[in-house]
Amino acid sequence: MLAVEALALRYAGIRALRGVSLSVAEGETVALIGPNGAGKSSLLNAISGIVRPAAGRIRFDGRDITALPPWEIARMGLIQVPEGRQVFAEMTVLENLLTGRTALAGRAEIFSLDDVFAMFPILRERAGQLAGSLSGGQQQMLAIARGLMGAPRLLLLDEPSLGLAPLIVAQVFRALAGLKARGLTILLVEQNARQALAASDRALVLEQGRIVHHGPSAELARDPDVIAHYLGQGDTGAMTQQGGG
Amino acid sequence: MLAQQLLNGFVVGGVYALFALGFTLVFGIQRVLNLAHGAIFMSGAFIAYYTVAAGGPLWLGLALAVIGSGLISVLVEIVCFRRLRRSGDEEFGGIISSIGASLVIMTIAQRISDTQVLRFPFETFPVIIWRFWGLRVSALQLFMLALALALVVVLGWFIYRTAFGRQVRAVTQNERAAMLMGINPVRIHMQTFFLSGALAGAAGVLVGLAFSSIRYTMGEPFLMYGFVIIILGGLGSIPGALLASFLFGMGQTMLTAYMPSAISGLNEAFIFAALFLLLLFRPHGLMGREAAGALRGRR
Repeated sequence: MLAVEALALRYAGIRALRGVSLSVAEGETVALIGPNGAGKSSLLNAISGIVRPAAGRIRFDGRDITALPPWEIARMGLIQVPEGRQVFAEMTVLENLLTGRTALAGRAEIFSLDDVFAMFPILRERAGQLAGSLSGGQQQMLAIARGLMGAPRLLLLDEPSLGLAPLIVAQVFRALAGLKARGLTILLVEQNARQALAASDRALVLEQGRIVHHGPSAELARDPDVIAHYLGQGDTGAMTQQGGG
Repeated sequence: MLAQQLLNGFVVGGVYALFALGFTLVFGIQRVLNLAHGAIFMSGAFIAYYTVAAGGPLWLGLALAVIGSGLISVLVEIVCFRRLRRSGDEEFGGIISSIGASLVIMTIAQRISDTQVLRFPFETFPVIIWRFWGLRVSALQLFMLALALALVVVLGWFIYRTAFGRQVRAVTQNERAAMLMGINPVRIHMQTFFLSGALAGAAGVLVGLAFSSIRYTMGEPFLMYGFVIIILGGLGSIPGALLASFLFGMGQTMLTAYMPSAISGLNEAFIFAALFLLLLFRPHGLMGREAAGALRGRR
């Protein structure tokens, strides 16, 4: 469904991506993990058309989207839920969700308003409130729900657990498991490697703009190198799993 | 007497609202001041005047002014702001290039009008005056108020009740996130400039009718008043600009009516002093929020 070929990206003179290739097939959840500054967000932003790659090609459903503007990419159903939520703070929760429908652009909806309210009941309760008044966790749920309103065929999620309390992180990942169960294709970028590996079918490890490991998530979770670098010291993943059950 | 002045001030306030709403709308979405807004306002008066002078009816002049000013405003967006936005230098660069556009538009108007003060022919708008409760109201005043209020209501409905309005506000608040939702900000910027220019053009026609002096420089004091109003109301705030327009219109009318004529030249000094005092106590204006300043990061 998504094919990224030999993507290179420079950011203010720094080589953020150095020939990254990856693919995502319909129905799978692929996790992209790696340390801060490895180029994970740069990769998602290149796929979404926010930044232009220096070299390489991005194909979605066989169509070359490398040079398309971000709004056209979103309208094809390749929708990113950006890092740090980025909800429209001075609009109500409902208005945020309705704005998400812009990406439909004539395509049929996949998730209705009732669907996302069923998934995140708190959003129904807060529908009339300004998005800026929500807690961080609620804003993350709103950001995901807003993305779903645009009928994503592939959902790009950038650090959905960033800055959230462990209990809330577990809640967000439960929601992702629900989306996966409904057959949604997901490309997930996470620093929280343990959670990301648990939630995905396949995973890639990005370091300094290169993919250094890849394979089925369950295998990567047993890889001594990955364990040493990403699952080693007491990261919050273990705690969350206890907290969230 | 007081009631009459309040009424007059309210009518003037309605015209200020048309001017200032477009000004604040563009500021809200671009975080940049379009200093050609006064010239666009003037172009509305010119288009209506020349339509009437050529024998056309006033309604046609008004319609052409609204559309024409909207298109001139879009042209200003394309020429002055779009390229700068791409290079990320729109805040200061945009101010300078819109001053340039303002000069170009004014020079063209100066040439066309041969630097003359133009007047709509007598009775272009029928002179009818009603009196009730000791108040004197002209048909023109009622028309100005009705048109201003109607346009303000339509604008409010557009911005707060339609999908287009949600997209405008989304781009205003977070352009990057809006693009990720499938919104084309280039189109939103153009549509916003059109609305802004169209409202200014309508205001220009009303001012031309009411004060019967259409000059190529007529936009300059309005640009200054526009500043006062959108700062008073809170930068980028639509309800704030509306409230401030009426306060300003009435305040200005009161000053003109009640100040001894010996110091009438100081009226504007009083207005700016009052603004200064208010900003000491409410630095973000009547309805502004801290975050709404020009220095807020946009991305």
